[in-house]
Amino acid sequence: MTDLTHDQALAPLRRQRHLKLPPLGASLAILFLFALLLAALAPGLFTRIDPLAIVPRQAFQPPGWAHWLGTDQSGRDIFARIIHGARQSLLIGLAATAISMVIAIALGLLGGLGGARVDRAVGWLLEVLFAFPSLVLALLFVAVFGSGVGPLIVATGLGGAPGYARMVRGQVLAVRNAGYIEAARALGHPTARIVLRQLLPNAMRPLVVTLTMGVGQAIVWASALSFLGLGARPPAPEWGTMLSMGRDFIANAWWLTFFPGLFIVLTTLATTVTGRYIQQRLEGRLP
Amino acid sequence: MSDKTLTVEGLNVAFDDGSVVRDLSFTLPPGRCVALVGESGSGKSVSARCLVGLAGARAKVSARRLSFAGHDLLDLSERQWRAVRGKDIGFVLQDALVSLDPLRPVGKEILEVLQTHGYGDRHTRTARVHELLERVGVPDVELRARQRPGQLSGGLRQRALIASALALDPALVIADEPTTALDATVQAQILEVFQQIKARGASLLIISHDLAVVAQLADEVVVLRHGEVVEQGPMQQVLRQPRHPYTRALLAAVPAEHPRGSRLSPERVGVRIEPRARSHGDVLFEGRGLGKRYLGPDGLVRQVVQGVDFTLRAGRTLGIVGESGSGKTTVARIALGLLQPDEGEVLYRGQPWNRPANVVSEAVRRPLRGEISVIYQDPLGSFDPRWSVAQILDDALQVAGIEAPARPARIAVLLDQVRLPAALAQRRPLQLSGGQRQRVAIARAIASEPKVIICDEPVSALDVSVQAQVLDLLADLQDELGLAYLFISHDLGVIRHVSDDVLVMRHGQVVEQAPVEQLFDNPAHAYTRRLLGAVPRLPGSGAELVVPPLDLVHEAFDLFDETRLWKIAI
Amino acid sequence: MTTTTLAVTDPRRERLAALGRRAVIRLAGGVLVLWAVATLTFFALRLMPGDPVLAILGGPSGNPTPEAIEAARVEYGLDKPLAVQYVFYLGRLLQGDLGVSYSQHLPVTRVLAEQGGATLELTIAALLLAWVLVLLLTVVTAGRGRLVGGIASLAETLSAALPHFWLGVVLLAVFAFGLRWFPPAGSDSFASLILPALSLAIPLAGFIAQVTRESLELTLDQPFILTARTRGLSDLAVRFRHALRHALLPGVSLSGWAIGALISGAVVCEVIFSRKGVGRQLYQAVQAQDLPLVIGISLVVAAGYVLANILVDLLYQWIDPRQQEAAA
Repeated sequence: MTDLTHDQALAPLRRQRHLKLPPLGASLAILFLFALLLAALAPGLFTRIDPLAIVPRQAFQPPGWAHWLGTDQSGRDIFARIIHGARQSLLIGLAATAISMVIAIALGLLGGLGGARVDRAVGWLLEVLFAFPSLVLALLFVAVFGSGVGPLIVATGLGGAPGYARMVRGQVLAVRNAGYIEAARALGHPTARIVLRQLLPNAMRPLVVTLTMGVGQAIVWASALSFLGLGARPPAPEWGTMLSMGRDFIANAWWLTFFPGLFIVLTTLATTVTGRYIQQRLEGRLP
Repeated sequence: MSDKTLTVEGLNVAFDDGSVVRDLSFTLPPGRCVALVGESGSGKSVSARCLVGLAGARAKVSARRLSFAGHDLLDLSERQWRAVRGKDIGFVLQDALVSLDPLRPVGKEILEVLQTHGYGDRHTRTARVHELLERVGVPDVELRARQRPGQLSGGLRQRALIASALALDPALVIADEPTTALDATVQAQILEVFQQIKARGASLLIISHDLAVVAQLADEVVVLRHGEVVEQGPMQQVLRQPRHPYTRALLAAVPAEHPRGSRLSPERVGVRIEPRARSHGDVLFEGRGLGKRYLGPDGLVRQVVQGVDFTLRAGRTLGIVGESGSGKTTVARIALGLLQPDEGEVLYRGQPWNRPANVVSEAVRRPLRGEISVIYQDPLGSFDPRWSVAQILDDALQVAGIEAPARPARIAVLLDQVRLPAALAQRRPLQLSGGQRQRVAIARAIASEPKVIICDEPVSALDVSVQAQVLDLLADLQDELGLAYLFISHDLGVIRHVSDDVLVMRHGQVVEQAPVEQLFDNPAHAYTRRLLGAVPRLPGSGAELVVPPLDLVHEAFDLFDETRLWKIAI
Repeated sequence: MTTTTLAVTDPRRERLAALGRRAVIRLAGGVLVLWAVATLTFFALRLMPGDPVLAILGGPSGNPTPEAIEAARVEYGLDKPLAVQYVFYLGRLLQGDLGVSYSQHLPVTRVLAEQGGATLELTIAALLLAWVLVLLLTVVTAGRGRLVGGIASLAETLSAALPHFWLGVVLLAVFAFGLRWFPPAGSDSFASLILPALSLAIPLAGFIAQVTRESLELTLDQPFILTARTRGLSDLAVRFRHALRHALLPGVSLSGWAIGALISGAVVCEVIFSRKGVGRQLYQAVQAQDLPLVIGISLVVAAGYVLANILVDLLYQWIDPRQQEAAA
């Protein structure tokens, strides 16, 4: 009864696997996001039609061969507008999430790494930010600084920041108390090295998931604000704006509101599924 | 009048990935006790669960015969099982902290059994709950019944768990590792409770990995290994004159029965390095008058450690033994320099190492840290989850000042020294077994060529045979590398086997300090005598179990969690 | 050695006392937060480009006379130093004076009193509806095998991905205009509450259900669940009597955030369904650049949100007092 055989019985060897593709759902999600990115960078690949071209004769065409997703009240092709709108949406989503993350990481690190007093101060600051529901905060911001894409991005970013900051702070605190940090200290690592090489990477790791899903969330929030007319103004092909414009015609031309909304849903779904897949990979549940 | 005998014949259990129990057979007459003994993966727990129909939906259970009190237990419907569970057969799991609903008072848990089986009315049920708690030895039953498991100490909540299993006086009581996770004195008290259950005429089926515990209760012992019965027979015969090599190896691996210097595991794999000359006797580590206080949010000050002195000499092992709340782990952290004492000081090689109020800064300690290493009870938690074994060792070598080109060779040497195959270097700790992980932790600890290793319960979470191998490894390394060990454990048997000198701690204070043989043969302090008497021994050792009375002061210390103190400042 | 006894206090009384202590601490903290919020809005007003007097008096569309401007300047203390203005501002707030909405020519408090009830109604209805959906979906289907769990999980992910404004428009089109089952607008009848509440509840339910399902499945693997089964409890009894309480905890702590999301969603839903409510008022106020109304509504909403969060926190403590134990 050697050590090896006994231990082998307890920990079955993982067979070497070839490069495995993600499961079906995750693959589709990643593919969709990739296509979206492509549409944002090179919309010409997907459609030749000008999203802003007004063709009154072609107004209210239902989905068909000439116009895959139909046309709106001014004859603009909806598919083209959605493709070009991808750039707007992705830009807003990414920029807003970036702003949220910068604020969140700054506050979260401060709270997690600083002493008890700093942590309490940061916690209190987060509570103050949290006191406003996100849309209310965004509306307040727009009221003070005016509407438009710029304030829209900042408003959405501000709205998401407190939630992420709490998450970062929680992660940093959890990792800080972890056994391997103590072990690193006992080994004799200098503090800076522990923080940079072990604490930060481990604390930030789960945030990749949050970031991915956060972009989807940011797109929805930005669309909500545009829907209310406080973001990108018509005739810009932003998905929320398109939804709002089509609202009056919903009885006769359902495709004006349905398809932009569908794309928002698909984007959110894609980011959620991708985020979950990354999470499972990180936790080692999948090869 | 049905004879309340449990008959198991040819029990087979299989899951999707293979057979887990093969051809298990035994008979359990009323008033007797059968023990299923084995290590992890032996199938003992699964078998027990089959007897109440809770092996799980994915389990395929079959047997030639499975009957209790004349009822056939094979192919019972779920509803029929529900009539049996709790009423004819009671089940006790280990660790009441997780085996009782943490959000409900324990009284309600006991009440639930009575309600489910329609016992009496509201008043008689409440009376019965109190009666049961008294029977298992819980004081202040009315108050305690309203407390949640987290508000009770380990011993009291285990008693409450047993009470809930006994609620309807089942004829058969199954207990799965009922005393694991308990202090020695508390364990002895719980064993006494089980003796009383047996004396009242119920039959007992005990599942355990601990042969000494089993020896206190069992009439018949069944030894399982990888799902197969390896040996079976009357307890005295199996434990004193084992026939099968596996049983013999299990008995040989119990540390309490083997004095210092003897081997616990049968063989050693790997190359043996020539032992160096031991530098004997220089004082390496010294603790003087150490004290640590904790101010709770309720305003109470607790003295976690008080007036502790210790001396560790080069090449020798100082064992620190104590129950929960004794403060031994806090002492270890003060010795490591990760926690500052409120009073007293720690000297390393005569120089101040740790003093209150940050008098000795980390910058002063850091250059010396290579000489002091540590291994923990849970090695997995001490590894960075992203890293492979090679990366973990590489990191340790880097801190020790080894240049990058020399490291891969050193990693290979380290793995060899802890008897791990080089192929494991690319694996992650999650993919290793408990014993392998601890070896990696040991390899990391010796990477910097230390003089002292502080071992904080390093084998408590391991199976007996794996524990034996790790203890042997530590002993070999001590010879080969001239190491001194500060060995913390709650397990008296392990302490006896590894130590040269022993420190006994209780409630934060040192109760007794002596060379190992003197302490165990001739204990001076009453507490030490009580502790030694409470440890179960194998038959033939000549020692009888002495059950200490219920000590509520100790129970209060048990509730306090030392780990709350440790907020390591980075 | 005889047993030594220690004084043990009555657990029930202890628990209530601990809860009470916590409530006081949280309320005090809440007041502090609200003070900070009020200060923030004060500076937001001053930060705005342009003359604050003009904003108060009617914005770019109003055309106040120079006398009116002077009068307003004196009345609002805008000629005094910033610190004095701040004290006046706080004083007014404490008296319940939130200023006058110039787009409606009414005191802000009056607008809030008239419109607040409908929003409260919508928010509470949506929260309750969401929880009903969550319980229906998760408790019975958790831990029952891959297929059932997979389908339920898919439904949850899909619901959570639906933007409430799109869902509202779609529901309106299908059920109000198309099938004519519900009125398309209005805030009076119970029927007019259903579609808006649904469009808020469904995405929220999807989100909370995901968390609750995961928690439920984790809980069902715990040893104390096994113990409950060994007592002869049926599977449903085990789920409802033991597992549910534990599994609800993450959902409860999310509910605090959820209320904020619902308030945000109410803004949009009130616009879509033409309902009475402070959400729609806020939206219109922003469009009309009616700053006193915007700030007044934001302040009150923030106060309500802080209070709701405190209540959720206390509810969590009530269900799971274990953090108290850790401190003991």
